Amino acid sequence: MSDQPPPRVRVTGPPRRRAHAVRSAGTREIDAETALGEVFMRSLLREQLFLALRVLAALAATVGMLPLLFHLFPSLGDERVGQMPLAWLLLGVLTYPWLVVLGWFYIRRSEDHERDFADLVGSLDEAGPEDPR
Amino acid sequence: MTTDVVPGIVAVVLVSLATLVIGTWGLRISRTTSDFFVASRTVRPRLNASAIGGEYLSAASFLGVAGLLLTFGAEMLWYPVGWTAGYLVLLVLVAAPLRRSGAYTLPDFAEARLGSRGVRKLCSVLVVGIGWLYLLPQFQGAGVTLRSTIGAPEWSGSLVVAVVVLASVSPGGMRSITFVQAFQYWLKLTALLIPVFVLLAVWLADGAADPTASAPASWSVPLAAPGGGIGLYTTYSLIVATFLGTMGLPHVVVRFYTNPDGRAARRTTLAVLALLGIFYVLPPVYAALGRIYAPGLVAGRSDVLVLELPNLMVGGAVGAVLTGLVTAGAFAAFLSTSSGLTIAVAGVLSQDVTGRRWGSFRLGGVAAFRVAAAIAVVVPLLMSLPAQDVAVARTVGLAFAVTASTFAPLLMLGIWWRGLTPAGAVAGLLVGGLGSGFAVAWTLATSPAAGWASALLGQPAAWSVPASFLTMVAVSRLTRASVPAHAGRFMVRLHTPEVVELKR
Repeated sequence: MSDQPPPRVRVTGPPRRRAHAVRSAGTREIDAETALGEVFMRSLLREQLFLALRVLAALAATVGMLPLLFHLFPSLGDERVGQMPLAWLLLGVLTYPWLVVLGWFYIRRSEDHERDFADLVGSLDEAGPEDPR
Repeated sequence: MTTDVVPGIVAVVLVSLATLVIGTWGLRISRTTSDFFVASRTVRPRLNASAIGGEYLSAASFLGVAGLLLTFGAEMLWYPVGWTAGYLVLLVLVAAPLRRSGAYTLPDFAEARLGSRGVRKLCSVLVVGIGWLYLLPQFQGAGVTLRSTIGAPEWSGSLVVAVVVLASVSPGGMRSITFVQAFQYWLKLTALLIPVFVLLAVWLADGAADPTASAPASWSVPLAAPGGGIGLYTTYSLIVATFLGTMGLPHVVVRFYTNPDGRAARRTTLAVLALLGIFYVLPPVYAALGRIYAPGLVAGRSDVLVLELPNLMVGGAVGAVLTGLVTAGAFAAFLSTSSGLTIAVAGVLSQDVTGRRWGSFRLGGVAAFRVAAAIAVVVPLLMSLPAQDVAVARTVGLAFAVTASTFAPLLMLGIWWRGLTPAGAVAGLLVGGLGSGFAVAWTLATSPAAGWASALLGQPAAWSVPASFLTMVAVSRLTRASVPAHAGRFMVRLHTPEVVELKR
């Protein structure tokens, strides 16, 4: 009886879209894990991480501040907008479109970063492999 | 209220039938093991988002939120807000890399990233434990619903849900369940939305009374009782648990592997944010109207508010139809969340337990999955039969605290930090899992008390999440030599867009 299950394999479907694949000197640098490839990867990671942290900071500075505000200014609990208590309006309704706006902003910017990365890695081709700059 | 049982029975039968029919229809196009587990990774963002929404909106969202809001007021708005905002955190930190990792379950991800079987086993145990903790309130909620609408004994509701889930999951796997769950999102939304229009019209016709008139002042303050420092701590701890816990839920994570690529995974998440936002605007309306029309439910049976409010406000034939509609929605909520959790737990069990060689005997992929599905359902069903009275949303909230203290740090550090080592991951998972797990067990076993100790154990995320994070980082630093050799290569796989052809 063997204890070890067979090693995991990746299960993938057939690729649906292979829109204009980039194969260039830049990708070879990354594949070979050269110093230059490392620079590409680190800059992509850093940009994406900072973008994510910016979005999270925006979330913390708005929605995340509400408990503190209501704690420091208890009179906010009596505030009304029409018939609705302020807290119910903010948390029950307005938060949701705000979350969607933040998510939409993130997707736009992160796809920009990925496009820049693809262009950067692809553009090395024109410079030629001997002169990776 | 229980005199008119017809709409309730009709609703439960129709939802169960529709689930089985759509599940069977999906069976015809479900052929391979890949179809079974990940719908062959071809689910488009809009369908996938409906399916995630359908799976995610559990009994806690459909019944529990409105009930808690009715009793406790604005402080409970943090539950739906956190459950939605969790998807924003998931979107910016996890969605695309998780899909690109090419792994199917959380244990798969952990093993691929860290190259360690030990981490994998620990993650498997956690997935199964969290899945069962989350399935428990679904089965209990089903019992409460059937008792309220048709006066059936509590165990029968749990049993019906368990049988239908097993019948719809076993034959068709992920492919068919995707359609079932997408259908159930829209059913749940309709089931809350149409009654809201009728009930608001009745409220306006009655002179639009002020819901806050009969409520205490704390009803309009989004801070946990008893306020002060403890209230602030409890509120922020709940925020940490829900904002971070979503990304570690096993049934949500599995769905991400059904996206075609990382870009689609992001778009799916954004669509989920919108769908959840639309849904969660509705329960507060029930709660506010309940303050006027159902004062008898405020103390005690608040979980049945959504089910009983239409009859209390309208009555007659219209009330009966609306009751049937909300019952159908509630039942869809149990079915879809239980199905999703069953798939996730069965996926892990079939890979690590039932799919293994037992002596000379070994089950094939699909057969192993079916056996695992049966185990995944039966255990929490037996656990739910000694009917204890724990509020549905409370148990679910505790499950979030556990995922936030275990899988959230693992995913975040695993995706963004090369320095994570297997030893660091194991130490962090143990610290977060045991810490929050102890707090959960303590809270479920004892009656709530006042004071800091009770607050710290009742809402552990604010200390257990940082503890888990710090342990992972510190132990990884100490065992720096064992950083997996392929960490850099794995980062390439996680973060580079698919259009760039790289060795992944």
